Amino acid sequence: MGDAPGWSVRAVDPPGIGTGPPLTYLDHAASAPLRPEVAEAMAPFSGPVFGHPSGSHRQARAARGALEEAREQVALAMGCAPADVVFTSGGTEADNLAVFGVLAASAQDRPGRPTVVVSSAVEHSAVLAPCRAAVARLPGVEHREVAVDGRGVLRLDRLADALDDDVALVTVMLANNEVGAVQPLADVVAVTAARAPGAAVHTDAVQAAPWVDLSAEAAGAALVSISAHKLGGPKGSGALVVREGTPLLPLMMGGGQERERRAGTHDVAGAVGLAAALTAAAAERDGERVRVAALRDRLADGLLAAVPALVEPADRKDVLPSHCHLCFSGVDREELVLLLDEAGVCVSAGAACASGALEPSHVMAAMGVDAADARGAIRFSLGHTSTPADVERALAVVPEAVARLRG
Amino acid sequence: MRVLVAMSGGVDSSVAAALLVAGGHEVTGATLKLWGGPSDSGCCSVADVDDARRVAQQLGIAHHVFNLSEEFGRDVVAPYVAAHRAGMTPNPCIECNRTIKFDRLLARSRRLGFDRLATGHHAQVAAPGGRWQLRRGADRSKDQSYVLSMLGQDALGGVCFPVGHLQKSAVRTEAARLGLRTAAKPDSQDVCFIHGREGRAGFLAERLVLHPGTVVDEESGHPIGSVDAVELVTVGQRRGVAAAGERRYAVRVDVGSRTVTVASGARARVDEAVLAPASVTWVDGALADGSPCWAQVSAHGRPARCTVQVGPRRAVRCRFDEPQRPVAPGQTLAFYHAADPDAVAGAGVITGSRPAR
Repeated sequence: MGDAPGWSVRAVDPPGIGTGPPLTYLDHAASAPLRPEVAEAMAPFSGPVFGHPSGSHRQARAARGALEEAREQVALAMGCAPADVVFTSGGTEADNLAVFGVLAASAQDRPGRPTVVVSSAVEHSAVLAPCRAAVARLPGVEHREVAVDGRGVLRLDRLADALDDDVALVTVMLANNEVGAVQPLADVVAVTAARAPGAAVHTDAVQAAPWVDLSAEAAGAALVSISAHKLGGPKGSGALVVREGTPLLPLMMGGGQERERRAGTHDVAGAVGLAAALTAAAAERDGERVRVAALRDRLADGLLAAVPALVEPADRKDVLPSHCHLCFSGVDREELVLLLDEAGVCVSAGAACASGALEPSHVMAAMGVDAADARGAIRFSLGHTSTPADVERALAVVPEAVARLRG
Repeated sequence: MRVLVAMSGGVDSSVAAALLVAGGHEVTGATLKLWGGPSDSGCCSVADVDDARRVAQQLGIAHHVFNLSEEFGRDVVAPYVAAHRAGMTPNPCIECNRTIKFDRLLARSRRLGFDRLATGHHAQVAAPGGRWQLRRGADRSKDQSYVLSMLGQDALGGVCFPVGHLQKSAVRTEAARLGLRTAAKPDSQDVCFIHGREGRAGFLAERLVLHPGTVVDEESGHPIGSVDAVELVTVGQRRGVAAAGERRYAVRVDVGSRTVTVASGARARVDEAVLAPASVTWVDGALADGSPCWAQVSAHGRPARCTVQVGPRRAVRCRFDEPQRPVAPGQTLAFYHAADPDAVAGAGVITGSRPAR
């Protein structure tokens, strides 16, 4: 028997966001609110349909049927065969599986030869961290990072320089998570085919998915990562497209699910939620791109007009409709996030470490943004629930907060 | 009042936040990320941030994480290493309070419109005559006025210590009553950025070259032993520098000549400590030259009667009434008022001492 812990759980019930000013949610790129139709599609799997999809009775068949229907919907949206879809626990797992899975398979296939992974310098840590771990853990693996220009767009000339026959994987995100810069994936695919024909191309399409038709824009990539919650789906659900013929070893081993590429009992509700979110986003995409980009432009232009010494590092014509990334020179982003939070305006200030503390941005550094400007970098991101009132509220609150912090 | 409470993830700051909330204040929590990579431990570990975040949620207050690790590395850790390199014994908690918590964090809280910055320190702030006093915590065994002794009127007017009037046992009881997971957490130990496994020696060995040295007896001038690392010897220490059978204290550490000088108890005593002028601070103006005082040279050290000698250009010496055990350069000496021994008068960092005659 251990000692009594000296405390007991006192629940906060119901979990809520507390009281305060009305919510102005401008952090869709971190997580988009759950779409009502997604919640509705998932509801049966919190209730009557609970079977293990790998089983062989009617409960299992019901679950398996829903899972395979979801797989077809994802395949249609992604432009791949249903068998190419590997359901995962989210974008991070999809990225890890792509990077580690391909590198492990390649390293195994060519003992004694180097296995090189080439990435952009502005990849999400879900890609960069497994690249670095692969170098440390797998024999013969080498990682080359390719520079971006001052707008955050990959330098194709540098990519070409980095490619040779030793390259097994090229991983370039479809759009950057911090600044929203869309990357020239079709060119990446073409350059790779020319300079490293044996290499597989992976794209982290987590940020781009709500705004881009992946069946067309990611068609050349052998591997594509997506995440449900960026699309208005549930957290903890995502997928990796692995096109036929791509060498891949699993990270999760066990019951052989997902054609031995990802073992573990399926999260049926999560898969159904991902499919519903992808489908909903695709149905409204053309209209939403125009509507949200207009809101974003109103926000960015309004702030640029109202706030002195404001820097917009990316070029908006290369950027997703959702992203408005600005550097408030002379302001500490931690302080601005706090003041905006107090005013009910939810924004993001870059990547956080395990403790939740903000880390210096490798994306800003790669773009050559002045360190003092990067300290004041804020990402406003819009999405399917954004309204003109959200933008007006931000325009009313942000300049005042910045003025206060600048003293 | 609008109060920003610095929540370390420990029980004291948890209860400090809870008391402020119960007092009807508008409270926001903040945890400082000061040190450590992905697998960090110590006072700014991920688990501690999680604890602080959960307590804030239970109290219904906002919680933020402030990353001051760059500043902490520059203004606390680097000087800590440099002081050891010079054979001194620094107190990083004091430097953190001086340069991080009650400087940058206090300035930030003011910019953000907070009326006070609160922490879980066991110390008390009072203003009986319209001027701020810094006083010992009610729980004498947990009193932290020493590590706050550099605070002056401006800072004291901007801070509060909500658990300073409580016994530690009462703090834990309150945390348990509120169902906070920090109720039974052990008190933090030692230096937050040094992990138990590597220890001070391991931490410093990675950051500076440690030199073996000779132990020399002051009286005879003869070498009587050796130490593995001169930089790790603290003036006043007995362990590791004693000759067989006889009690010796380290009285000087000279990194340049790789020498530790030791002396017997009687010869090791000092009657005066000299403070670095730039480090001297006063809670409410300089004491008059010749003022009687109490001097405390470590966090829980016993105060000694003394007289403060104030010269031109902030030159301050502490003349002890009775000879004292050796005091280490780098340590802080805090003055407490002779007539009011719970009230801090001022402080400074020791640069040297004079052997008692």
